[in-house]
Amino acid sequence: MADPMKMRVTLAGDIANVKVLMNHDMETGLRKDAKTGQVIPAHFIQNVTATLNGKAVMEAQWGTAISKNPFLEFKIKGAKAGDKVTVDWLDNKGDKNHIEDTIK
Amino acid sequence: MNPLRRTFLKGSGAAGTLAVALAAGLLKPGQVLAAEWNKAAFEAHGIIDALKGIGGASAAESKDIAIKAPDIAENGAVVPVEVTSKIPGTEQIAIVVEKNDRPLIAVFNLLNGAEGFVSTRIKMSQTSSVKILVKAGGKMYTASKEVKVTIGGCGG
Repeated sequence: MADPMKMRVTLAGDIANVKVLMNHDMETGLRKDAKTGQVIPAHFIQNVTATLNGKAVMEAQWGTAISKNPFLEFKIKGAKAGDKVTVDWLDNKGDKNHIEDTIK
Repeated sequence: MNPLRRTFLKGSGAAGTLAVALAAGLLKPGQVLAAEWNKAAFEAHGIIDALKGIGGASAAESKDIAIKAPDIAENGAVVPVEVTSKIPGTEQIAIVVEKNDRPLIAVFNLLNGAEGFVSTRIKMSQTSSVKILVKAGGKMYTASKEVKVTIGGCGG
């Protein structure tokens, strides 16, 4: 079970600014374990989806070069207080995470 | 590995895998798989193949793409990159690092009111040009910024 994400949504006029901090190792699959010499397998978020009131606003595909514990910020026009924002991620092993918040 | 994922991961890129999975009877109608993953583009070595993978090979230079990234990044593992596209109808923003072994970093598809803006942190293996590709109105545009990377130390 993945560690919880953090999200902060602020509203300026009708533009919602969404900041998300995810917990994920984002292993490239190119590093070797210092002790065992074994390659640490790639383990990284591949897909990130964000919705506003159930409608997809962002669908992202990521590679291994997004930094560990990914930070993501994006903006949605046409938002208002009471709207619901969700962010989901899916990684290459099938692990997922989800966060949602209502704009205040 | 779940057979669904195996088919999924074997798929060569954007359009095919969902269709393949459906045809193979692995997906029940109405069951939604996660979004596709452009394996060929993400695993491409060299900037030319990476750009080809996302249809960005002949993108037009644009002054309407603003890239905010450090001139000198002290830690190549965490380089902040912020993109603002003023091109009307921006529907996709992609980040490519020319000198990374696998240059394609991320692709952000924007819809239903999402603005042409994205900010994140990326890994850079060495000093390199950070190229941004923007898709708007079906056309591709590009801008780039050179970011120097110092590994550890005080940036000197």
